[in-house]
Amino acid sequence: MRVMAQMAMVMNLDKCIGCHTCSVTCKQAWTNRSGVEYVWFNNVESRPGQGYPRTYEDQQQWQGGWVRTRSGRLKPRSGGRVKKLFSIFANPKLPSMQDYYEPWTYDYEHLLTAPAGGDIPVARPKSLLTGADTKIRWSANWDDSLAGGNEIAAGDPVLRQVSDRVREEYENAFLFFLPRICEHCLNPSCAASCPSGAIYKRSEDGIVLVDQDRCRGWRMCVTGCPYKKVYFNHRTGKAEKCTFCFPRIEIGQPTICSETCVGRLRYLGLMLYDADAVAAAAAVKDEHDLYAAQRSVFLDPHDPAVVAAARQADIPDDWIEAAQRSPIWDLIMRYEVALPLHPEYRTMPMVWYIPPLSPVVDVLRDTGHDGEDMGNLFGAVDALRIPLEYLAGLFTAGDTAPVRAVLNRLAAMRAYQRRINLGEPRDESIAAAVGMTGAQMDDMYRLLAIAKYDERYVIPAAHAEDAHRLEQLGTECSLDYEGGPGMGGGGPYGQGPFGESSGTPAPIQVETFHMLRERQTSDSFTDPGDEPRRVNLLNWDGKGRPAGLFPPRRDTSTGGAGIDEPGVIDTDGSAR
Amino acid sequence: MNVLLWVVYPYLAIAIMVGGLIWRYRYDKFGWTTRSSQLYESAVLRWGSPMFHFGILMVLIGHVGGLLVPKSWTEAVGITEHTYHLMAVFIGTVAGFCTLIGMAILIARRRLTGPVFAATTKNDKAMYAVLAAVIVIGLWSTLRANVVGDGYDYRETISPWFRSLFYLSPDPEIMAGVPVGFQIHIVSAFALFAFWPFTRLVHAFSAPVGYLTRPYVPYRSRDTRPGLRPARPGWEGPPTAPSAQHKPRRTRR
Ligand code: SF4
Ligand code: SF4
Repeated sequence: MRVMAQMAMVMNLDKCIGCHTCSVTCKQAWTNRSGVEYVWFNNVESRPGQGYPRTYEDQQQWQGGWVRTRSGRLKPRSGGRVKKLFSIFANPKLPSMQDYYEPWTYDYEHLLTAPAGGDIPVARPKSLLTGADTKIRWSANWDDSLAGGNEIAAGDPVLRQVSDRVREEYENAFLFFLPRICEHCLNPSCAASCPSGAIYKRSEDGIVLVDQDRCRGWRMCVTGCPYKKVYFNHRTGKAEKCTFCFPRIEIGQPTICSETCVGRLRYLGLMLYDADAVAAAAAVKDEHDLYAAQRSVFLDPHDPAVVAAARQADIPDDWIEAAQRSPIWDLIMRYEVALPLHPEYRTMPMVWYIPPLSPVVDVLRDTGHDGEDMGNLFGAVDALRIPLEYLAGLFTAGDTAPVRAVLNRLAAMRAYQRRINLGEPRDESIAAAVGMTGAQMDDMYRLLAIAKYDERYVIPAAHAEDAHRLEQLGTECSLDYEGGPGMGGGGPYGQGPFGESSGTPAPIQVETFHMLRERQTSDSFTDPGDEPRRVNLLNWDGKGRPAGLFPPRRDTSTGGAGIDEPGVIDTDGSAR
Repeated sequence: MNVLLWVVYPYLAIAIMVGGLIWRYRYDKFGWTTRSSQLYESAVLRWGSPMFHFGILMVLIGHVGGLLVPKSWTEAVGITEHTYHLMAVFIGTVAGFCTLIGMAILIARRRLTGPVFAATTKNDKAMYAVLAAVIVIGLWSTLRANVVGDGYDYRETISPWFRSLFYLSPDPEIMAGVPVGFQIHIVSAFALFAFWPFTRLVHAFSAPVGYLTRPYVPYRSRDTRPGLRPARPGWEGPPTAPSAQHKPRRTRR
């Protein structure tokens, strides 16, 4: 047994309202630079729908993840080491920009500079790749909330697999949102595909990162990841991916997407697992067994033998304790309501989902039934084949039994709690029907419905002796790093000598400094060197206004510019 | 003049290349990349890029064989000059044209595809010019010597000179008699070497052969550099207080 710790996330899909706040704040923190305009480390997909990049789940086409060879071992679906090296000059399975979408902006400048005339000026869309006029044809959430209807949704690879009855039954359509980030897999095929060995899994917390200094731009990881959560920065020529907001996690803060989630549906915590068991579990023969196999590698942090082994493996005591309080452990192992996304890719993903009961409840309600009656719900879970099979296609490689069990538990919780709400006595039989006790029902309800911040996010900070450096060196001048403004260098700002952003990367706090100072000084709309003006939410704690996101408040008492002076836009609606 | 061209200049070029590579590796690891443009355009790249790269690899092997392996060695294993020559000219021409056509496709693509052209720097353009010059002149002088003339045995002249560079006793006199085409080819090739570290060509030096032997998933310990700031060479950060709970971890595998 080799114990390792893994930061993991669970999302409760019933609560996602599809507001995209998580995507936007993530973008502000990590991908608001040129070269990654098209990149969303966090994206929210409408299901059924094609996803982003479109149809990424069709592994026949995109060749992501692992396959089990006849000898029972795993190899990347897109080919082993030798084949990878031979296709290195032109990756045959790389999604093109059009599969994501061509990033664009609008010619806002024109609104201000257009000569007076009869027509109202319009801001035309401009491609961020070429600067030329463009037509907007697709985006990261083009089919949001089933926009585009049957035509686009029918391209959903999961839906296609599920059933051909779908077309007829489309009137009974269901809709839910699926927020996705990198899965920080236990068996990451992105790392396995990287010829340079630049993608690694951190041994402390399992976060999968790209070493920007070692990435050479071979772009095999993009193909390797079945979730398409590694992206190629087309300006720096390096791969970038979701970082699980590691600078925040290290000081005990939740990721930006979790922090800002409107539905408060994300849970963060540690899982202990047996690293020696991963390879065998990922290679079980029957895809339907993968869900159980992955659960079997998790180690019970309450088990004294596991605790001893964890200490042996240099896992600090406060981490072990955090693993014991982990909401992730409870949702996956205790209540068994969280499921992995696409276990059939065999990467052992670590962002799990509580499947939504809402498609079932909605149908019941729409047909005039009581959507909180347990009998009705249980019956409906079984009768509504398409949502059930669809969810199974997402979460259990098509095996409907575990999905049905989860939905039944959620349905039972609903019925059980309704009685309490109505002041009726608790009904243990409801809990017993799904193999739980009333007390467990209460605990699960508490965790799912009313858990507070520090119950949803149980994140052990990195150690005190590290705190000084992790707090972004607040006590040192952060600008006198080599090549920085304090040293009189140009560094990565503007055009480096060898193309965009060459030179050593800038520390995050320095970027913020530049951003604050210069963000509003440029007029052009396609500006590769926009780094100094970006807003970074990475240090934002969720309180107050993030620095630099809004222009400074204008103080009316000091006079200020007249209303007819150009270029003053009041975005925060403050008193003027 | 001969000394300048065939002794000083090559050494200078090699020194710039080696020094430049070291300097760039230290200063600009982040900029060390292929800067692939496949995301913008894939259909043409799929033909041009493998053609060019496999072609140039074959050309490289040919050059290593022709320049570094002394003629006496091949003759010792029974390959006559005639056989060798036929083989070299044949394979070399195929590889050369492969490279040339691949490069033509790539350059045309670079010019004609909007986003790719927009991502092309001045440095890239200069690099393409030098690289194209080296390849075209090399191919042209080989063809001229073999098709128009009756072959030129560079293994009697250029190869010994090239090897003598490595023995540190270069002999510029041999080079004086070499046909002008080859001379230009060599001079421009050394210019390319000197330019190399400062272009995107550096990616050739990170050919990922280690991939063949390493385990699929690398594990690494959390970065020990102080915070998110880049480490200063020669300074490992402030001393940290020893602590019972924070033993240094071993990096697994
Ligand atoms: S989901 Fe993340 S860790 Fe898993 S293969 Fe993709 S990029 Fe790698
Ligand atoms: S912020 Fe929360 S509720 Fe909104 S889309 Fe993201 S995950 Fe869903």
